[in-house]
Formats: sequence, C-alpha cells, structure tokens
Amino acid sequence: MHEFGIAESLLETALATAARAEAAKVEQINLRIGALSGVVEEALTFAFEALSEDTPAQGARLVIEPVPVTCYCEKCLTTFTPPRGSYRCPACQTPSRTVKSGRELQLISIEVS
Amino acid sequence: MCDHCGCSTPSKPHTHAHTHAHDHAHGHDHGHGHHHHHHDHDEERRTIELHQSLMAKNDRLAEQNRGYFKGRGTLALNIVSSPGSGKTAILEATLRDLKNEFKMATIVGDLATDNDAARLRASGAPSIQITTGTVCHLDAHMIQHALEDLGRAPLDLLFIENVGNLVCPAGFDLGEDLRVVVTSVTEGEDKPQKYPSIFQNADVVLVNKIDIAEAVGFDRARAMEFIRNAAPGAIILEVSARSGAGLTAWYDLLRARLKAETGAAH
Repeated sequence: MHEFGIAESLLETALATAARAEAAKVEQINLRIGALSGVVEEALTFAFEALSEDTPAQGARLVIEPVPVTCYCEKCLTTFTPPRGSYRCPACQTPSRTVKSGRELQLISIEVS
Repeated sequence: MCDHCGCSTPSKPHTHAHTHAHDHAHGHDHGHGHHHHHHDHDEERRTIELHQSLMAKNDRLAEQNRGYFKGRGTLALNIVSSPGSGKTAILEATLRDLKNEFKMATIVGDLATDNDAARLRASGAPSIQITTGTVCHLDAHMIQHALEDLGRAPLDLLFIENVGNLVCPAGFDLGEDLRVVVTSVTEGEDKPQKYPSIFQNADVVLVNKIDIAEAVGFDRARAMEFIRNAAPGAIILEVSARSGAGLTAWYDLLRARLKAETGAAH
C-alpha cells in the first residue's frame, strides 16, 4: 500500500496550493499515472478519500489519465509500446533500456473554488 | 524538525513536531468552514496548473544520498526481492567472505521484526534496522535517517536490504548506485513477467538457490529468457548463498563496480 504515502503527498500539495490561491475547496485533481509506476488507481483513490476527510479536499475528484509504457529502440530509432514483461523492440528484438514513458506519477493541475 | 529535509520525524526528541501537527488540524477546520461559506460561488472554479512529479521529494532526497555516497567513496546497493528469496542469506555470505577486504554495512528494512538485522550483525558489520510498520518499501528519507545512525566511519560497500516486496520498492529511488533484484529457483520462472516494473531498471539480477534448481524442476532457459526480456542490460548471475556456488562472480562484480565508482585500487 505505498499508495497511502503517495496520497499523503498529493493531499499536502493540493491543500498548500489551494491555500495559496485562497480557495476554499479542492474540487478536482488531475493526474497522469504511468503503467510502470506501480500505483493502483483504486488504492490511490481510497487512500485519498480517507486522508482528505475533514479537509478542504474532502470529496475532491481524482481524474487519472493512464500513461502507457513506451520504449525507445536505439537500433531502429523508433518508439514502441512493449508487451507486458518484455522490453524487446518488436522490429529487431533488441531489448531496450530506455523507457520513454510509463513511470509517471504526475500532478498536472488542481481545480479549486 | 529533521536537519536534512524539514520532516517532522527527527531522530532526536521532538515535542514541537506534535504541536505542529495539531496546528495543522486546526487549519483544516478553518478550511471546512470556508467551504460552507462559499458554497454558492461554484462559478469561481478555476484550474491551477502544477505539472510536478509526486515523487519529486523522494527523488530530491535520493539525489542527496547519491551525492553523500559518492563523496565518501561508498558503493550503495539497493537489494529487492520477494519475501524468502534469500536476500539476507546472500548478504550474510557476502559480509562473511569479504570481511577482510572491505568496510561494509547494511541497512535493513523490515515490516515488524529486526531478525534480519540481527542475523547480519553477527558478521560484525554494522547493521541499521528500519522497522517500516505497515509501509511496504524503503524511501530515500528513511535512508537519510539510517545514515545518521550509521555515523561517519569509512565505508566501501553499503547494502540496503529493502522490504521483501516486488511491487512497491520499484518506484522509490534510494540514491543507490546499483539496484539488485534477487529471485530464486523456487519462485517459478515467470516472476519478471509478473513484476516488470521492478525488473526493468535492475542492474543486477541474482538467481538464488541454484543448488536445488534441478530438484525443484527449474526451467533455466525459460527463466533466463524472461529475465533478459524484462531486465534489459542487467547482469544475471546464478548463485547459491547456501552452497556458495556463483558467489565469486558476485564478489568480482562488487570489486569491479567499487573500483569504477571510486577510481581507487582496492
């Protein structure tokens, strides 16, 4: 359940941002979460709901845009989406060490009122 | 407050940290009141762009750790595996066999007990226990506090034994030089397929308990194929902490990487 710690830092940032903007309530939080980040959406939402109770972020919606894994093949100079559990380029079969996307745990924006 | 990161979980006594927490709760009550007050102003909804990583704090602390290790000529290894694959046994063997060659220490993460740290301490090398409670991984911040406890004696090799878990530790950079994934022949060949995130950026994969591979019907070719697919660029070593098989290659790798790290002739 490392989602709990992530939800904590998310809440901290959201509340601080809302306070700076002199907003009374956090309405929505927009996130991008990569398939390799190891974060489960349901677990994050659950943890956030529990932690945000009685704060200005209570009831805020978490809107999560999933980011697929993409790798870069240095031989073919192409970006590809690998199947789960393998990082081989589908064209030349060379394993890629360069993950271009999929590890994101990004807070894009918050909507306040 | 903690010296490094401004956290409220210092290693020294800390009464004011609690007061601080209370103040926070009070602030929240305020916010709640405001919320009711402004309820009819929904049209005032606005978006604040942030574009920041939720891991930014951990990553920053990890970079500090990395600099600390580099400055002291220490090679730091983050050792991850599922429970029972033999992390502690491999470290026991390593601490025993390289005792006269290197100054070594361990930091051990465990949910509840300090059994592993006690086992490692028997070797004579300092071992710092981090009891994580319900937290399923180590993070860079916990490592900073453990480093304080470890003190400033010279150190060649620092082994950080992560909590036995192949999911959560994947996202947390500790500032290590090498990430080592330990898997064992009793776990089945397809672990890399099930946990691609932790294998993807592994520098070394140790396949442990190789002495009983045959007895448990371990399909070596299939396992190696899975590891190579999921951990491109990783050095794969087959070892047995119990029989000692393959450990020489592991020790050679440590020697070579430490030498590369420090430029010193060890």
